[in-house]
Amino acid sequence: MTPELGQLALVLAFLLAVAQGVLPLIGAWRGNRALMAVARPAAAGQAVFVAMAFGILAWAFLRFDFSVQYVADNSNLALPWYYRIAAVWGAHEGSLLLWILILNLWTVALAALSHKLPEVFAARVLGVMGLVAIGFLAFIIFTSDPFGRLLPMPADGADLNPVLQDPGMTFHPPVLYMGYVGFSVAFAFSIAALLGGEVEQAWVRWARPWTNAAWGFLTLGIVAGSWWAYAELGWGGWWFWDPVENASFMPWLVGAALIHAQAITEKRGGLRAWTLLLSIFAFSLSLLGTFLVRSGVLTSVHAFASDPRRGVFILAFLAVVVGGSLLLYALRAPKVAGGKPFRVVSRETALLIGNLMLATAAAMVLLGTLFPLLGDALHLGRISVGPPYFGLLFPLLMLPVVLLLPFGPFLHWGNADGGVLKQVALRAGIAAAACAIVAAFFVHGQLKAVAGVAATVWVAVGVLLYALKRWRELPRGRRYPAEMAGMLLAHLGVAVFVTGVLLSESLSVTHDVRLAPGQSEAIAGYAYRFDGVHRVEGPNWRADQGVVTVLRDGRTVAVMHPQKRTYAREQVQTESAVDAGLFRDLYVALGEPMDANNVEGAWALRLYYKPFVRWIWGGGLLMMLGGFVCAGDRRFRIKRIAAESAAATGAIAPQESPA
Amino acid sequence: MKRLLPFLVFMGLVGLFGFGIWWNTWHDARYVPSPLIGKPAPDFALPKLDAPGQTVTKASLLGKPYLLNVFASWCVACAEEHPVLMADARQLGIPLVGYDYKDEPDDARRWLREHGSPYDLVIADQPGRTAIDFGVYGAPESFLIDAKGVIRYKHIGPLTPEVIAKELLPAIAAAKREAP
Repeated sequence: MTPELGQLALVLAFLLAVAQGVLPLIGAWRGNRALMAVARPAAAGQAVFVAMAFGILAWAFLRFDFSVQYVADNSNLALPWYYRIAAVWGAHEGSLLLWILILNLWTVALAALSHKLPEVFAARVLGVMGLVAIGFLAFIIFTSDPFGRLLPMPADGADLNPVLQDPGMTFHPPVLYMGYVGFSVAFAFSIAALLGGEVEQAWVRWARPWTNAAWGFLTLGIVAGSWWAYAELGWGGWWFWDPVENASFMPWLVGAALIHAQAITEKRGGLRAWTLLLSIFAFSLSLLGTFLVRSGVLTSVHAFASDPRRGVFILAFLAVVVGGSLLLYALRAPKVAGGKPFRVVSRETALLIGNLMLATAAAMVLLGTLFPLLGDALHLGRISVGPPYFGLLFPLLMLPVVLLLPFGPFLHWGNADGGVLKQVALRAGIAAAACAIVAAFFVHGQLKAVAGVAATVWVAVGVLLYALKRWRELPRGRRYPAEMAGMLLAHLGVAVFVTGVLLSESLSVTHDVRLAPGQSEAIAGYAYRFDGVHRVEGPNWRADQGVVTVLRDGRTVAVMHPQKRTYAREQVQTESAVDAGLFRDLYVALGEPMDANNVEGAWALRLYYKPFVRWIWGGGLLMMLGGFVCAGDRRFRIKRIAAESAAATGAIAPQESPA
Repeated sequence: MKRLLPFLVFMGLVGLFGFGIWWNTWHDARYVPSPLIGKPAPDFALPKLDAPGQTVTKASLLGKPYLLNVFASWCVACAEEHPVLMADARQLGIPLVGYDYKDEPDDARRWLREHGSPYDLVIADQPGRTAIDFGVYGAPESFLIDAKGVIRYKHIGPLTPEVIAKELLPAIAAAKREAP
C-alpha cells in the first residue's frame, strides 16, 4: 500500500470529523433527528480511516519503506520489528497520529455505549468529540504530515532515538495518551451540558466511570514513564519536574480532584459549576501538555523538534477550544449553588479541601513550568525554578490531603458526627506515633524517613479502619461494591506511595567510585564487587558490559550487568542494572573507563542502594487499579433512561437566577 | 464576573504563549546564558588526539589564557567555521585548543589532515562526558578560559570574523589585563 493512501485516509477522516463535529450540534440545536443521527456513523467512519492511516504507516516501518521521510528518520535496517512498530509513535508526526487514533477509540466507545443517554445530549457529546478531532486532524494534515516522501530514497534510515528503545518506553506513550485523551469524554459531557443548559445528576453519574478510567490510564502512563526514567537514564532518580513530566502531572492532579468533585455532584447535586470547570481544566491541561511539548516554547530533556508554525497552530487551536469552553462556562454555568446543604463537619467539606489542594498544586506546577517563559516576558532572563521550588511547595500542599484522607470515608454526607473523627484520629494517631518512634531508632533520626513512616501508618490505618467498619456493619455482598473497593485501593496506594517517596529519598545511598576489576565498595551492608567489563553485541548496538557482583555477609545477592551501549548512529545510551526488591533496590550505572584505551582496566561506576523505591510505583499502580475498579462499578451502568431520570429526584432544572 | 475569571486567566496564558513563540522566532533559541561564565572551568582529563596515551588536564593548561574550540569531523557548521579559524587563529594572540567532540579519532585526524589544523593542541572527548560538564550544546562552540582557569566568554555556533572582532578579541584583551 502506498503512503499516499495514508494521506487520503487522513483527509477523508478529516471530512468525517467535520460532519461529526458540525451536523449533530446543529441537529441538537434545531431538533433535527436526521442530523443528530449523523454522529455515530461519522465517528465510526472516521475511526476506520484513521486506523487505516495508522496501519499504513506501521506497514511502511515494517517493510523498511525509507522513501517515506518519517520512516527514514526514525528507523533503520537493524532495528528489531517490535521497535519498528514503536517507532510509529517515536517522533512528532506519528505520535500525533496515535493521539488521534486514541481519540477515535474513546469516541467509538462513547458512541457505542451512549444509547441510554437522551438523544440530544448524546449528539452534543459526540459533536464536541468531533470538534476536537477536527483540530487534531487539521494539525496533522497541514503541519505534520507523516507520509511525506524522501527522494531519492536512502539505502538505510537513521535510527529511532535510542532513549526510546526500551520496553517501558514502547508502551508509555500509548497509555499516557489513553489518559490524556480520555479526559476528552468528561470535557465533552461538560460542554454538552453547558450547551443544553442543564446539569443532571444522572449524566454526571454516567460520566464518572469514564473519568475514573482515563485517570487510571494516565496514572499507569506516568508510572511507566517514571519507572523508565529510573531504569534507563542512570541518574537513579524517578521524577525530575521536567516540563514534559509536569505536562502529564497537571491533568493527573486535576483529574484526581475531578473524580472527587463528580462524586459530590452525583450524590448530593452540589458543586456543579466546579465539576464542569474541572472537566474543562483536565482536558485543557492535556491539550496544554501537548502544546508545551510540541511547540518548543519550553526546552526540556525530552527535546522534541520544534517548529514555530506548529506552535502557532496549536496555540490557535488551544485558544479556540479552551477559550471557547471557558467563555461558554462564563455565560452558561449554573449560577446558583445547588445541591443539598452541608455543615462544616461533613464529607463535602473534606472533599472540598482535598479538591482545593489538588487544584492549587496543579496551578503551582503550571506556574513553575511556565516560569522560564515568564522570566523572558518580564526581562528577567530564562530562569528555571526547578526541583527546589516543586520539592518545597508540593509536599506542603499535599500535607492537608494526607492528613484528611483517613477521615473522608468516615464522614457522612451533609452533617457528620464529630465523635467518630476523634476515634479515628486517636487510633490512627497512636499507631502512627508508635511506628514513628520505633522507626526513629532504625533510621538514626532521619526526620524525613520518620515522617514518611508516620504519614503512611496514619493513612493506611485510616483506610483499614474504614474497611473493617464496613466488614462489621454490613451484610456479605454489600460490604465492598466496586466503587468502594476502588476507593480503598487508591487510598491505600497513597499510603504506599508516600512510604516509597519519603523513605527512598531520605535513606538512599549513592557512591561515585572508581573501581579496578576485583575491587569492592561497601554500601549499606552490601559489598559491590566490580568484576570487569567485556564487549557484547545486540541487534543494532554494541556495548561495554560491566559485571558487578553484590555480596552480603560473603553470600552473593545479585550479579548485575550494567551496560554502556553505542547505537548505529554512535548515540551512546546507558543501561543501568537494577536488582529489584520489595524493600530495597540495588542499582549500578556504568560510567567511563579511566583510560579510554583500556576498557579492561578501572571504570568509573555509580552505585546506589535505594530502600523502598519500588513502593513509589507500587503505590501508583494501586491508585491506577483503584481508578479502574471504580470505573467498573455496576451502579454506573444501571439503566437510567432519560424519561425516568428527568422525573426522578435527581433532575435539577436549569438554574437561571435573576442576579 | 466571577465566572469570567477562568477565561480571563486563560487568555493571559495565551498571550504569554504567543509571546513565547514570538520570542523564539526572533531570538536565537540557542542563546542560553551559560551559568559557567565567571566560574572555574570544570576539571577535565582528556587524551590528546594525536597521542592518546598522553592526558591533558585543566591544571596543565593553567597559567595563560586559551580558547577552547569544540569541533567534530561530522559537524557541518564546523567546516564552515574552519577557514575563519585558519585565517584568524594567529591574530588571537592566545593558544587555540581544539576540543574534538563525540568523534572517531581516526575521522578527526583525517579531517584535520585534509583541511589543515588551526589548533595548537587538540584534545579528544569521544564519549562526550566532559562536554556535559562544560554544558556543551553542540558543535561548534568556543570557551575563553583565563590564566586561572575561569571561563570568561562563551560562543555557541561558528565563530565569524565579526564575532571575533566585536566579542572575542575584547574578551581576550580583558582576560589578559586581569591575569597577564
